[in-house]
Amino acid sequence: MDDDTTEVVAGNGLLDRRLFLRGGLAGGTVLLTAKAGGVEREDWMKAPGAPMDEIGEPSPHESHVKRTSVRSSPGTTGTGVSFTPHEHLDGIITPSRLHFERHHSGVPDIDPGRHRLIIHGLVERPLSFDLNALGRYPTVSGINFLECSGNSGAALAPNPVQAPLSAVHGLVAGSEWGGVPLSILLDEVGVKAEAKWIIADGADSPMMSRSVPLDKAMDDALVALYQNGERLRPSNGYPMRLFLPGWEGNMSVKWLRTIKVTDQPAMTKDETSKYSDLQKDGSAKLFSFPMGVKSVITSPSHGLTLGPAGIYQISGIAWSGAGKIARVEISVDGGSSWADAALDQHVLSKSLTRFRSAWRWNGAKSIIMSRATDEQGSVQPSREQLLTNRSPGFFYHYNGIQAWQVAENGEVTNVYV
Amino acid sequence: MSTFRWIATCLAVALGGLVMAEESPMLGEPVDADTLARVDFTILPNGDGLPAGSGTAIRGAAVYQQHCIACHGEEASGGVNDALVGGHGSLATDSPKKTVGSYWPYATTVFDYIRRAMPLQEPGRLSSDEIYAVTAYILHLNGIVEQDAELDAESLPLVKMPNRDGFVWDYSP
Ligand code: HEC
Repeated sequence: MDDDTTEVVAGNGLLDRRLFLRGGLAGGTVLLTAKAGGVEREDWMKAPGAPMDEIGEPSPHESHVKRTSVRSSPGTTGTGVSFTPHEHLDGIITPSRLHFERHHSGVPDIDPGRHRLIIHGLVERPLSFDLNALGRYPTVSGINFLECSGNSGAALAPNPVQAPLSAVHGLVAGSEWGGVPLSILLDEVGVKAEAKWIIADGADSPMMSRSVPLDKAMDDALVALYQNGERLRPSNGYPMRLFLPGWEGNMSVKWLRTIKVTDQPAMTKDETSKYSDLQKDGSAKLFSFPMGVKSVITSPSHGLTLGPAGIYQISGIAWSGAGKIARVEISVDGGSSWADAALDQHVLSKSLTRFRSAWRWNGAKSIIMSRATDEQGSVQPSREQLLTNRSPGFFYHYNGIQAWQVAENGEVTNVYV
Repeated sequence: MSTFRWIATCLAVALGGLVMAEESPMLGEPVDADTLARVDFTILPNGDGLPAGSGTAIRGAAVYQQHCIACHGEEASGGVNDALVGGHGSLATDSPKKTVGSYWPYATTVFDYIRRAMPLQEPGRLSSDEIYAVTAYILHLNGIVEQDAELDAESLPLVKMPNRDGFVWDYSP
């Protein structure tokens, strides 16, 4: 496309988001004049390729695409995290093998034949379900994000962390989750009128436990059995986990073993001590469940270096625990001007949403950022807004705007603006 | 209409009534009281669910020396892993320190945490008496209970944690 006709929609060369959709970059294709007569074959075209295989593996050339910052608390092996490498991914579905992990004492090796889900408490008839029984229920599936409430906590550091995007924002992932709506099972046990909460326990060695309001459990909670079309992986709760769309990840208790219906929260294990939000006045917010509206540019981002000046795609993910993403705006001039990004076809409730824009980078130092708005009208705050009056002991639910600086040499770093 | 009934209705329409709208598979097995008691770990702040048994900080000190000190340090002051004492009065300052003593609102949660998860490498090995005792020891180190206070299913829920009133619910069902 001729530069003169490329529509600039915001400062510093941000282009019309439809540029790529129109196929406007085709002008760069070189037409071959001399025909070689069809004789050239690359090496891999000269003999039959590899045979079929039972399990498809990623190309060995992609072996650098791995979960990052895999680490455990001192002295432990399984009390820790691993992060999804969004800097290398596209779309809204995270490959299951790259889904982030947060375990409190390792991944249990569960025998699916022996595992049971027992629902009891304030119910007419306590019932126990094995995997076969659950498999006979009508299942539903939905494409939803799962985000650890501690995701992006590294953005609270006084100086920007200089590490790949995933080290800061890699505790979120998108999957298709399939399973039995918890409401069906609760209907079957017969929840008593005074019930208000459920207490979900996992079958891991520290027995993760969270209190979940009954209205959420009856609304869109799943006893998930499948992720991205296959059985859950052990690190994601095999053979069954609770899944609560849009809510802080810790509540989607993995390796789900018991659900006790109660009239009050149990204030379990880490529920008050960890998953609560300290305020400046010393009080703490408890039960801040939905994850806030958020976005991050995944490309370009820290560690991905731009080549020569010219046209680049800007792409990233946006999500909200309150519903669908309504819009994502992009700025390539440090927030002075903004223009809407294009959203990919799948704009789903409580799901990662892929956004894209086009940018004619003139080779000068530039700051790029994205800002999401959800269908409720909530707008992603700036880091500065978010930190105003925030206690240094408030670690969770960080959803501030992420800024990346592109240097003259194309290097991308993390900056605060 | 519940999600299931909705699905059932759709199936009923699609399959010409093979699945009836109000039917539920009912494939759960009944559970007897014995089994329930064994898998029910839930303890409510009012003490509901606490097991029989008791212990004091004096006994708890011995349990702590044997099972906890390697990771949580001398007198629970922190070692390889979290400190379980201190931070009192720090929550509203620029360097808040959240510990069992300064931050946790319910003493029942301390028992719950230890019973579920500690000692990390061998959860489930402490008896109820030992858990009451080591809970008493941690609370005593935080100046919350006397050294000879006997904690059990009756007295533990009555222990008033310093930050008992520090939490505001952000969600009310
Ligand atoms: C092998 C090391 C190890 C041993 C031994 C151990 N703990 Fe822990 N403890 C940990 C780790 C690691 C955590 C944090 C776990 C997490 O993040 O999920 C923890 C967390 C805790 C907490 C919660 C602290 C907080 O502020 O959230 C308490 C209470 C606790 N341990 C008590 C005990 C007691 C009592 C014992 C002895 C019966 C014990 N621990 C033995 C490693 C250990």
